[in-house]
Amino acid sequence: MRHWIAFWNIVLKDMRAYYLKPPNISWGIIFPIAWTGMFFIKSGGGFEQVLPLLPGLVAVSILFGTTSMLAVTVTFEKKARSFERLLLAPIPLELLMLAKTGGAILFGIANALVPVALAAFVADLSQVEWSAVVPAVAMIAIVSTFLGLFIAVSVSEIFEAQTFSNFFRFPMIFLCGLFFPIDRLPLFVRPLSYMVPLTYGVDILHGAIHGANRMPLPFDFLIIGIFCLALFFISVRNIHRKWIV
Amino acid sequence: MRIQQSAAAASQDSPAFIEVRQLTKRFAEVTAVDEISFDVRKGELFGFLGPNGAGKTTTINLLTGLARPDSGTIRIGGFDCARDSKAAQHLIGVVPDESNLYPELTGFENLCFCASLYGMRKRERRERANRLLESFGLTEAAHRKFEGYSKGMKRKLTIAAGLIHGPKVLFLDEPTTGIDVVSARHIRQLIAELHRAGTTIFLTTHYIEEAERLCERIVFVVSGRVVRIDTVANLLQPVSGRHMMLVSIDQSTPALRASLAQAFPDLDFETVSDLELRVESTAPIRVAPIVRVIEDHGAGVTEARRLRPSLEDIFVRVTGVEVEALKKEKEKAEAGL
Repeated sequence: MRHWIAFWNIVLKDMRAYYLKPPNISWGIIFPIAWTGMFFIKSGGGFEQVLPLLPGLVAVSILFGTTSMLAVTVTFEKKARSFERLLLAPIPLELLMLAKTGGAILFGIANALVPVALAAFVADLSQVEWSAVVPAVAMIAIVSTFLGLFIAVSVSEIFEAQTFSNFFRFPMIFLCGLFFPIDRLPLFVRPLSYMVPLTYGVDILHGAIHGANRMPLPFDFLIIGIFCLALFFISVRNIHRKWIV
Repeated sequence: MRIQQSAAAASQDSPAFIEVRQLTKRFAEVTAVDEISFDVRKGELFGFLGPNGAGKTTTINLLTGLARPDSGTIRIGGFDCARDSKAAQHLIGVVPDESNLYPELTGFENLCFCASLYGMRKRERRERANRLLESFGLTEAAHRKFEGYSKGMKRKLTIAAGLIHGPKVLFLDEPTTGIDVVSARHIRQLIAELHRAGTTIFLTTHYIEEAERLCERIVFVVSGRVVRIDTVANLLQPVSGRHMMLVSIDQSTPALRASLAQAFPDLDFETVSDLELRVESTAPIRVAPIVRVIEDHGAGVTEARRLRPSLEDIFVRVTGVEVEALKKEKEKAEAGL
C-alpha cells in the first residue's frame, strides 16, 4: 500500500507540474488538430479519407505527445537534482520509473482522443473495433513513453533530449507506414520499418479502424509488447549503471 | 594510516547506528573514498570534515544509496545497505548540498509530496507538513511556490523535507553554505534541537566553527582517507601537551622578554605585540611568578588568559601533517617498498 501511495503521488505530481500546464494542454490539442488538417488537405479527398488517415494521426499525436515530454522532464529533474529525491525514496526502482512514465502515458492517451473526437464529427466510426483501438492506443503510448525514458537515460542535457527524441521520431514516422505504405518503400529500407515499434501500433490501428492491417493483430500486440519490455528494462538497467554509480 | 580514536568519546554507551567498514569508491583513476571505517552512534551529532575533494559528498552518496561502493560494507540501523538498501532508506533523511525541491510546487505541496514518497497517508502528511512549516518558521510562505523562496527559506524547507517522514538519521550536506547569517544561525539552532530530540545527525560542513559548536565527534578526512576521529573536546585539548597563555601588560618594558626567559627557562615566550606576550609550555603555566617578574620591571598585568587552539588550528595541523604522510605512503607504495 505504501508503495502505491508513492506511485500515485508521483503520477499526480508530474501531471500537475508538467502535463496539465496550459502550454502542454494547448500543445496536446493544437498539435493533433494541425496534423489532422494537414493530412486531410494533403489527401485531397473528401470525408471518406478520414478513416484511412485516422490511424496515422492517432499514432503521431501520441508519439509527439509523449517521447520528448518525458525525456525533457526526466532530464530536467536529473539536472536540478530533484530526481535524487525519488532515487532516495524506499520504493523499487522499477515501480518508481513506472510512476514517472505513468503521467506521460496518460497524456499520450489523452492526445490520441483529439483526432478521434474530430473524426467522430465527420466520419462514421460505427465500424471501428474499439476493443482493439483502445489497447493499441495504450500500447503506443506506453512504447513511445518508454522510448522517451530510454532517451532520458542516454543524455545529460535538455537540448540533447529534444535532439535525440527527433533522431528517433522523424525516421519512425517515415518508416512506420504513415506517409508511405511500407510496400512502396525502397526494398532496402523495408527491414528497418519492421524494427520500429510504431509500425506495429499503426498496423493494429489500420486493422481496427478500416480493416487494412498487414500483419495479424495478436502478432502486432506481441511485438509492441516486446518493445515495451525491452525499452523499459534497458532503461532501468542503464539507470542502475549510470545514475547510481 | 594512523587513526586516533578517543576512549572518552561522547555517546559512547549508545550502540552504533551507522557502521562503515573499509569503504572504497573509485572513479576511473581517482580514489574518492579510500578504505574508510567509522561508526556513528545512535543519537550522535557526527561531523565529517575535510577540504574540497576529500570525498565528503561521495561518502554521503554511498551511505544513502545514491552511489555503489567498490568494496567495503555499510550498515544503517542493522540493515546491510548493499543487500537491503531500500529498508535502510526508510530510516534516513537526506539534505543535499543543493536545495533540490520542486520549483513549481509550493512549500506545503513539496513537503506533502516528499511525505508521500515514504507511503504516508494524506491526513498524516498534511499534519506533519504543517507542523514542520511552523517549526521552521515557514507557515506564512507555505502556499508560495518554492521557486520564489529566498536561499535561506529554500534551505530550511529542504531540511524540513529531509525530516518529513521522521527519519532515525539525518544526513546534512553543507546545510548553511551560501545563506545569510540569520538563516544560518536559525538552521544551526534547528540542528541542535533535532539532536537534543534524539535524531542521529551526520553533518558535513566547510565551516569548522559550525562543526565545533554542534558536533560531538568529528572525523577529519583527507584525500578520501580518515585521518582522525575524536570528540571535539579531545581534539581541542592542547596538542602534544602544549599549554598556551596570552599575557597583556599595561606598558612596554625594555628587556622584559629576556628577563622572563632567564627566570623561566622551561617556558617559551613570544612577543605578540608591544603589550602582549604569548607563553607556551609543556606543563601547566603558573601565572603568579610571571606577574611578579613583570611587576619587578615596573609594568602591570592587565589580563592573563589561557589560549585554546581552535578546531581550525587542529584541522590544519592534523590534515596538513597527514597530507604529507599520505604523500609519503603513496610514494612508497608506488616505489614498491
